[in-house]
Amino acid sequence: MGVASFWHVFEGFMLVESSQSHSWDFGHADHSGSRRPLAFRSAPSHFLPLKTTMFSRLSASKAALKPVATAARIPSLPSSTVRFLSSNAGQAAAQPPLASRTALATASIFTVGSIAWYTHLYGSLPFVGEVHANSPAEDGLHPTAYPWSHNGLLDTFDHASIRRGYQVYREVCAACHSLDRIAWRNLVGVSHTADEARAMAEEVEYQDGPNDAGEMFTRPGKLSDYLPAPYPNEEAARASNAGALPPDLSLIVKARHGGRDYIFSLLTGYVDPPAGVEIRDGMNYNPFFPGGAISMARVLFDGLVEYEDGTPATTSQMAKDVVTFLHWAAEPEHDERKKIGLKAVILFSALTAISLYVKRAKWAGVKTRKILYTPPVDKHH
Amino acid sequence: MAFANTFYNTFARRNSVFVASIFAGTFAFTVSFDQGLDKFWDNWNKGKQWKDIRHKYIEES
Repeated sequence: MGVASFWHVFEGFMLVESSQSHSWDFGHADHSGSRRPLAFRSAPSHFLPLKTTMFSRLSASKAALKPVATAARIPSLPSSTVRFLSSNAGQAAAQPPLASRTALATASIFTVGSIAWYTHLYGSLPFVGEVHANSPAEDGLHPTAYPWSHNGLLDTFDHASIRRGYQVYREVCAACHSLDRIAWRNLVGVSHTADEARAMAEEVEYQDGPNDAGEMFTRPGKLSDYLPAPYPNEEAARASNAGALPPDLSLIVKARHGGRDYIFSLLTGYVDPPAGVEIRDGMNYNPFFPGGAISMARVLFDGLVEYEDGTPATTSQMAKDVVTFLHWAAEPEHDERKKIGLKAVILFSALTAISLYVKRAKWAGVKTRKILYTPPVDKHH
Repeated sequence: MAFANTFYNTFARRNSVFVASIFAGTFAFTVSFDQGLDKFWDNWNKGKQWKDIRHKYIEES
């Protein structure tokens, strides 16, 4: 409707005023350097004749009826409405600021946002009661947020820590836990040189085959082999651990609520059970483990391993190193991801700024133009 | 204005020059951007990356 009627008007306009010459200025054809608002340069005395022309193209009866209908409708409107229809400024000023759409939108966003924030923080909706079968102790303590060396948006892993953590895993954790998804080659360039990784792989015998005679054989490991698992299958693992399965540690940091903080807290959180808490034989008490009773006993004690770089092997140092190592195992792309993220943020911010600037430049002429209109003087009086 | 004229006459007057300068500019920007960011990155994470501790373990052969 809008476009069609515009062209109607334009057509009529040309019909009426084809004898006069007009120049249109959209603010772009101006080479003097400054942008000017759009204006009709000729004396714009042609809008009323145009209307007459358009009506004349309709049938005579309609043309006769229309002015009557229009004239009958206008007086029925309140005069204030008529005046405000021509101007938005009057309407906006009449409204108190708290009743504006912006205030409504702001209040809504604030409400939704605060409820979402509360829910995120406390896990339940405010003012809505919930019944839990578990006591907080049975859900496990929330782990402390620790200042990891790779916490920040731009911080890589501490690779010396990964190397120490690998040593802890190999000497302590690997007795029960597998690390299926890490191959020896993954350590190269992260925590070990290729020669070191090859030497470590060769210490392990892997089954390979079949050979020409159709028999399986064993051979020393290669860089492409995966880290050996302590048990051949899940049943063997359960049988050796009183029915409990030591989980694979490849993705354990991603697979537990609280991630690295939880695993650190779990490894260092073994305490005597409080009064009233009974732990069955073969189980251990750890407040960070949901339920409190965990099959894994405390394994990290001061001085358990001897670091080659001379770092004192305290319990917390070993826990920190092995969690860093396990975090790398779960997210080997971590360092590269953060680096690419930094580059992407810089480039995309620049591109966004450029496109916003170009948009404003292109639209400046359209948005700042003014259409001047001088009402025609009735020459018949 | 003088800059704009110089720019136009140098780069944009001939299409071959225009395209070639875009290609060359892209190449130069990519290399310099990556190098600059890598430098910042290595400085920010000084002592933590593998390249910083590699010399302790590498054996000359």
